[in-house]
Amino acid sequence: MSVYYTSTDHFVLLPALLLALFGCATLLFDFWVFPEAKHRRWLLIFLVLGEVFAGVAYFRQQMFLVSHGGDLSAFHGALVIDHYALFFHWIFLVTTLIVGLISYRYLEVRDEHHGEYYGLLMLAQCGMYFLASGTDLVTIFVGLETMAISFYILVGFLRSDQRSNEAALKYLLLGSFSSGFLAYGFSILYGIAGSTRLRDIAAAVSTRDAWNPILLLAMATTGVGLLFKISAAPFHMWAPDAYEGAPTTVTAFLAVGSKAASFALLLRVFIGPLGPARPSWEPLMIGAAILSMTIGNLAAVTQTNTKRLLAYSSINHAGYILLGLIAGNPTGIMGVLIYVLVYTFMNLGAFLVLTSLTRRGLAGEDINDLRGLMKKAPGHALAMLIFLVSLAGIPPTAGFLGKYFIFLSLVETGHYVLAVVGCAYVAVSIYYYFRMVKAVFVETGETDMPPLTVSFGTRVALGVTCLLTLGIGLYPEPFLRLAQLSISR
Amino acid sequence: MPSNLLSIILFTPLAGLLVLLFIPSTQKRMIRLWANIVAAAGFLVSIPLILNFNKDLDGYQFVERADWIPSLGVQYLIGVDGISVLMVMLTTIMGLIAIFSSWDSIKEREKEYYAMFLLQQTGMIGVFISLDFLLFYIFWELVLVPMYFIIGVWGGPRKLYAAIKFFLYTLAGGVLMLLGILTLYFQHATQFGRYTFEISELMKLNLPLGMQQWVFWAFFLGFAIKVPMFPFHTWLPDAHTEAPTAGSVILAAVLLKMGTYGFIRFSLPLLPSASSDKTIVTILAVLSIIGILYGALVSLMQQDWKKLVAYSSVSHLGFCTLGIFALNQSGIAGSVIQQINHGISTGMLFLIVGVIYERRHTREIKEYGGLAHVMPNYAIVFAFAMLSSAGLPLLNGFVGEFTILQGAFDANRVWAAFAVLGVIFGAAYLLWLYQRTMLGEVTNEKNKGLPDLNWREWAVFVPLMIWAVAIGVYPKPYFDILEKPVAQIVHRVHQTANTVANAPAATEAASR
Repeated sequence: MSVYYTSTDHFVLLPALLLALFGCATLLFDFWVFPEAKHRRWLLIFLVLGEVFAGVAYFRQQMFLVSHGGDLSAFHGALVIDHYALFFHWIFLVTTLIVGLISYRYLEVRDEHHGEYYGLLMLAQCGMYFLASGTDLVTIFVGLETMAISFYILVGFLRSDQRSNEAALKYLLLGSFSSGFLAYGFSILYGIAGSTRLRDIAAAVSTRDAWNPILLLAMATTGVGLLFKISAAPFHMWAPDAYEGAPTTVTAFLAVGSKAASFALLLRVFIGPLGPARPSWEPLMIGAAILSMTIGNLAAVTQTNTKRLLAYSSINHAGYILLGLIAGNPTGIMGVLIYVLVYTFMNLGAFLVLTSLTRRGLAGEDINDLRGLMKKAPGHALAMLIFLVSLAGIPPTAGFLGKYFIFLSLVETGHYVLAVVGCAYVAVSIYYYFRMVKAVFVETGETDMPPLTVSFGTRVALGVTCLLTLGIGLYPEPFLRLAQLSISR
Repeated sequence: MPSNLLSIILFTPLAGLLVLLFIPSTQKRMIRLWANIVAAAGFLVSIPLILNFNKDLDGYQFVERADWIPSLGVQYLIGVDGISVLMVMLTTIMGLIAIFSSWDSIKEREKEYYAMFLLQQTGMIGVFISLDFLLFYIFWELVLVPMYFIIGVWGGPRKLYAAIKFFLYTLAGGVLMLLGILTLYFQHATQFGRYTFEISELMKLNLPLGMQQWVFWAFFLGFAIKVPMFPFHTWLPDAHTEAPTAGSVILAAVLLKMGTYGFIRFSLPLLPSASSDKTIVTILAVLSIIGILYGALVSLMQQDWKKLVAYSSVSHLGFCTLGIFALNQSGIAGSVIQQINHGISTGMLFLIVGVIYERRHTREIKEYGGLAHVMPNYAIVFAFAMLSSAGLPLLNGFVGEFTILQGAFDANRVWAAFAVLGVIFGAAYLLWLYQRTMLGEVTNEKNKGLPDLNWREWAVFVPLMIWAVAIGVYPKPYFDILEKPVAQIVHRVHQTANTVANAPAATEAASR
């Protein structure tokens, strides 16, 4: 192989290549090979196949890292595979798989079942790959846009639904706005370092004072762009609308996958190159974290649409995850990773239950649609209880583990006030999560509602998320090891 | 006797719950029967614990240790000393009684109801036997969810309000307590280089007074809301009034004791200098006395029978916390005994309200009067429970209150003087309640022809009455079993307090 494309480069890039190939192939297959509606399941199987291939590639990378130690850098430092990146790649993989599985029935019911959906899921995941693995500003930006553009389309996937269209447009406008910010920040960083490699930027930043105005500008614009992406307040305005309008399955993907990927990038940039500038970005992050928790919690209290409620709750969770970054010590970083991990499963699970509420002629998005779920589908109801309790952070569910690390890191670094604020908002969040619990268990719904239609895929997905949400809480040791591995450099 | 007896006690209800899930919810009789069998089994397996407990040994017994989350230093570490063994027995006995008493009163969604009770049972036992702080915390929070449902699903008219209020209050205290726990954990790691939640390890910590005080207040919020101490008591009347009878019984008899137990097990030994700090002790004693008097006075004014009993709990628990912060042998021992007594007598009082509520579906005191003519056996049982609660000599309440007052008197005479007022008020509201409901002529037509106690209700009351008399007449075994652990705590608090008083600078330096 040539110097432009070595075997290491190939080894590192392979999963992304596979995802892109399978994604594009799905688009073509939909057009040529399986144009008929009844063949659409083959596209889902195709997606599963693509994920299996990508999974094998990840597995080989992981094995390589375990046996050789260190990390694998490719394309002259534009891409890296380390345990940190792999940790996120696994999360993206599981997320995409689960979203794919639950989408089939949902799209059928909404009469918008088109094959390109599965292709877009994989292309979005491909973008996420570059967010977690990219170590070059250009690579990262291209990855970000790949993901974002796939999402713009996915959010507006319900073509005949006005709200879906509105959501897509809003998301597109605000999303490109934030990308602009990010590009601006990246360009200044390039100006500072004369290179787009993160490690060159790190070297250039460390020679400057944290309050250097140019650096400050770069930090602030990059920060704002990324805070947009993780939907942290005060840059959260797009989230409730986009979450509400998007197909529920896409909402789940957006709330989990997109957010996890953006956090992967945020952490890499702010702990890595911008690490020395901590004094200047810490106030920004503290402000964003407190605002996110405040706005997320207080706005969630009054919501009657479950997707909007979960949107605000996800803003709140973004605030908590930011607290881990603010603490910034190994426990805090570990907290971010664990939090993202458990958030993935519990939030996916909650959206999954909401998805299965959608039936013909019933959106199932009002909090009252949850009423009497215990009578109709006890399994779903119990799973929902586990997810909500976990979202609220009550042991012995996985959600507690995330909060545990965040609080511990705050205590360790002496951020006692932030810790107390975080604790106080846990109590507030109980209120709105338990409004849903109340609807599920205590209140009784109309009896003439059509029964739930649950596909095999949904059942599997529900089982997996439920088991993990409970399992990570009860026996977190292997997951902690994995996270610990990811932060050891 | 198996070596993992405590685990068996802990997981019997949970195992029963798992089996219960497989019984179809239409098999109502089967569900009830199974829940009672599991509760009885839970009690039976706890009997060897008290029989084999050696009161002459220091430290913990029946200890079981296993790594749970090694990378965090969390262990599955359980064991009992004299204090917790009594609490475990209280939990298993009251759990059986509460479940048995639900036989007739719960008519819908039985499966979920009993499932919640069994889950709660495991949670409560776990709280009392955990020797690892994080394990304790997990059980502590685990208890909240079932109680939320018990109040929220099977409760009275304002059940949802009461349930969420209960949940929010206790959870808010709980998470702040978690911050305190994490602070200790982190301090221990910086001083000893090892992350652990083991309580006996954390006790080796040498913290400056200032930090101890902060941690103390964090713990205080967790425990005081649970007890509940004045001014955090406002969730209690709502929760008690709206909960179904068995829920109230468990809430009063066991759940509130988690708070007082927390003070004794964690606040005092882990934060000795803060717990013996003059300001803190005074604040807690004053809050306890306010609780005693306020609870009693508010009880006098209640129109609702159940709410009256609920407020009386505030008053009685005030005695318990006063005893703890007298910081001497009789105060703390009395407090533990009073906690058991409160479980028995207030449990009985709630059951008594439940009996009449099932017959008349109202709890307004003025609806009743002269019930003694209609239901003589019921009146006898009520008189018994009332006198036990009011602290009549030869019944259990007297032993606890007397010992606490003795301890309080040793610590500060003024406290004792105010607390005695509480005893008098206590007698007043209980006797007045009895007079208004039981004595005189039958004024309300609807009360004529009410059936007296049936055999199931007798079966609930008789063991409690026997237990009450047993404690009242012969309390020595309880004092014996409590002597060692309480002496240890008292010793620790005073010893550390003295060293701090003598050499504050040295401790400061050592902790850096």
